[in-house]
Amino acid sequence: MTSPSDAAISAGIWSTPEAQASRRRRKRGDLVLQGLGIGAISLAVGLLGLLLVSLGYLGYRAFVQTMVTLDFPVSTERVDAANPAAGNYRLVIRDALVAQFPEVTSTGDLRDLNAILTNNAQFMVRDAVIADPSVIGGTIRLSLPASDQFDQLNKNNVPRDVPETQRRISDQQILWFDTLAERGAVSTPFNWGLIFNADSRFPELAGLAGAIVGTFYAILVCFLISFPVGIAAAIYLEEFAPRNRFTDIVEVNINNLAAVPSVVFGLLGLAVFLNFFGLPRSAPLVGGMVLALMTLPTMIIVTRAALKAVPPSIREAALGMGASKHQMILHHVLPLSMPGILTGTIIGLAHALGETAPLLLIGMNAFITSPPGGLLDASTTLPTQIFIWADSPERGFLARTAAGILVLLAFLVVMNALAIFLRQRLERRW
Amino acid sequence: MKFTLLGGLAATAVVLATLPAAAQNRDQIRIVGSSTVFPYTQAVSEQFSNATGMRAPVVESTGTGGGMQAFCAGVGPATADITGASRPMTQSEWTLCQQNGVTNVTEALIGYDGLSIAVSRANSAPLDLTKAQLFQALAAEVEVNGQVVANPYNNWSDIDPSLPSTPITVFGPPPTSGTRDAFVELVMTPGCRSFAALDGLEAARRTEVCARMRQDGKFIEAGENDNLIVQRLNQDPNAFGIFGYSFLYENMDSLKPIAVEGVEPSADTIRDGSYGVSRPLFFYVKNAHRGVIPGLQEFVEFYMEEDAIGPDGYLSERGLVALPDDVRAADAAAVVAATPFTRYPG
Repeated sequence: MTSPSDAAISAGIWSTPEAQASRRRRKRGDLVLQGLGIGAISLAVGLLGLLLVSLGYLGYRAFVQTMVTLDFPVSTERVDAANPAAGNYRLVIRDALVAQFPEVTSTGDLRDLNAILTNNAQFMVRDAVIADPSVIGGTIRLSLPASDQFDQLNKNNVPRDVPETQRRISDQQILWFDTLAERGAVSTPFNWGLIFNADSRFPELAGLAGAIVGTFYAILVCFLISFPVGIAAAIYLEEFAPRNRFTDIVEVNINNLAAVPSVVFGLLGLAVFLNFFGLPRSAPLVGGMVLALMTLPTMIIVTRAALKAVPPSIREAALGMGASKHQMILHHVLPLSMPGILTGTIIGLAHALGETAPLLLIGMNAFITSPPGGLLDASTTLPTQIFIWADSPERGFLARTAAGILVLLAFLVVMNALAIFLRQRLERRW
Repeated sequence: MKFTLLGGLAATAVVLATLPAAAQNRDQIRIVGSSTVFPYTQAVSEQFSNATGMRAPVVESTGTGGGMQAFCAGVGPATADITGASRPMTQSEWTLCQQNGVTNVTEALIGYDGLSIAVSRANSAPLDLTKAQLFQALAAEVEVNGQVVANPYNNWSDIDPSLPSTPITVFGPPPTSGTRDAFVELVMTPGCRSFAALDGLEAARRTEVCARMRQDGKFIEAGENDNLIVQRLNQDPNAFGIFGYSFLYENMDSLKPIAVEGVEPSADTIRDGSYGVSRPLFFYVKNAHRGVIPGLQEFVEFYMEEDAIGPDGYLSERGLVALPDDVRAADAAAVVAATPFTRYPG
């Protein structure tokens, strides 16, 4: 209890002008420090927001695709029922468009009219007819992607008010397209092709399927190598290794390796896996092995930290009950440290997921029009696919690039969320 | 947890055990080479797979020089079958090929690509430059009053009063690019040799002066990504960019070409040769792989079809300028028949 007289005395001491000035100074110091902290966070959040907004602004157009829905007359004259694969589907497409615009007759105009649909339209109609040969002699109604120029036009990305010579498409073509739109043949549904198509030379058909499958294989290989090897190395260093000069050197080297630029691992992969072992270029297997080399040091460090966090009492109790060392580790220490190890593993894999440089060196930036069927098939990964698209001249790839980055970011967010979830749910506090 | 660990180790062992058998056989064509030829090869590759149902070739953009290194590394499934090039194979590359046993190669000329110099449409000044003016704007050393001096020009008007008085800012390709080699050969060297004092220099020194770009910030190497150059031009109306014609062709709404020696680049002026800054594009086929790698011969035939490299072919829609009719027909026949490459003796 403070008596009134004590309070009066202390009030007297702490209320002198010097004391008040000193207090104000210290409070100002607090405010400044707090302000700097808030400023730093706002800067970081602001820059991240700017990145997301600019990507969203550039990329949202790639999430919808302009489609043209037409009736394609599959006449027996164009397609032979006995051999539907050999039909002349270019003319089927032309017939469908001429049915819309009967006034078009000259070759040049027909070619311009054909340009509204994607270049691969003939193959899409062919595949649809092969899948359902009963339509031969009748018509088949299909929604096909519009070609990139018309997709951009529909998304208001092609200026209509400039002279014809400054555009890839003519006024006449715009008129045809607008007529089709008035007749309700043009729609812009969600672009599933972005996820389910493999890469293509044509932006309207290009998708991430090959890259997603390739990334999955590469990350799987990376996990299968770095997870067990990382745990085994960490267990040895943490539980068995004597403390001496040799283990010190190993430890320093592991820490150094974690900081080596990733491109160095790519060069190593090129020299060892491709040139020495003769593994195929561009294969997700090699990509995964290179990424495993890169993530291994991080995995060892994270696993050691997780093992270290298990209190010594657990070890002593196990040994005291007569468990052998491997029983103590495998039955008690490792299960208890698993949440920490998994969190670190996921963060390490997320890092590998976004890695580009080492994969460029082993040829994973190739153009491949089908998803890989296995670990040894040529493939791309998400970051290298973005790299290829960023370098393509067609306008449509600009939006595709941004959309690809957004998909990659979504994968990273999911992996990091998983890591946070595991840490919150499973981690034990002692 | 014990089982997780053992399972992981077992899976790793399985993965590692599959390694050696990997490179033995290949049922997919592998193509490397120039980033300029890359989009055309991509288009043919996709069309080939769609039309024939065979597996699409794997196409990698490595640059002309990198492609030659990979192509000439030897014969066998681990090496590339085709390499694209934005210039002919050099003598030293041919020697490398021969040393590694790649002795039977066919050269295929597929068409022309114009090198375009462009500015943003926001720049309203009429522009027509000569090769000599371009050399004066971009070289590290130029001739002033008969002396070879470090490039003193800051504004275009310093070179010629009739040019706009805006600062010289030019984005261009880096030295590793085939586009840069072509620019030096087609613009810088002729521009350089139009000056008496430079033309009179001793040969090695002349090559150096003619090829060296200035490094004081007026000529900016923008990396291999031509899209970046296009974006930079849109931001700065006074900046010029040097890139392949296909990029200009795709961006005609925001960029306009600059005439060189009075001629603007277009499909017609490039084909008839009146636009002086165009280069031939090639690919090279390893003949030892024909008939061994499935689909290679078919793919080469498909590439040389009229539907592809002809004036109305799908490659012309991507900006490739077709060869004259007679040249194209003879070239296609020779390539399909695997006529060996004889540019260099021995």
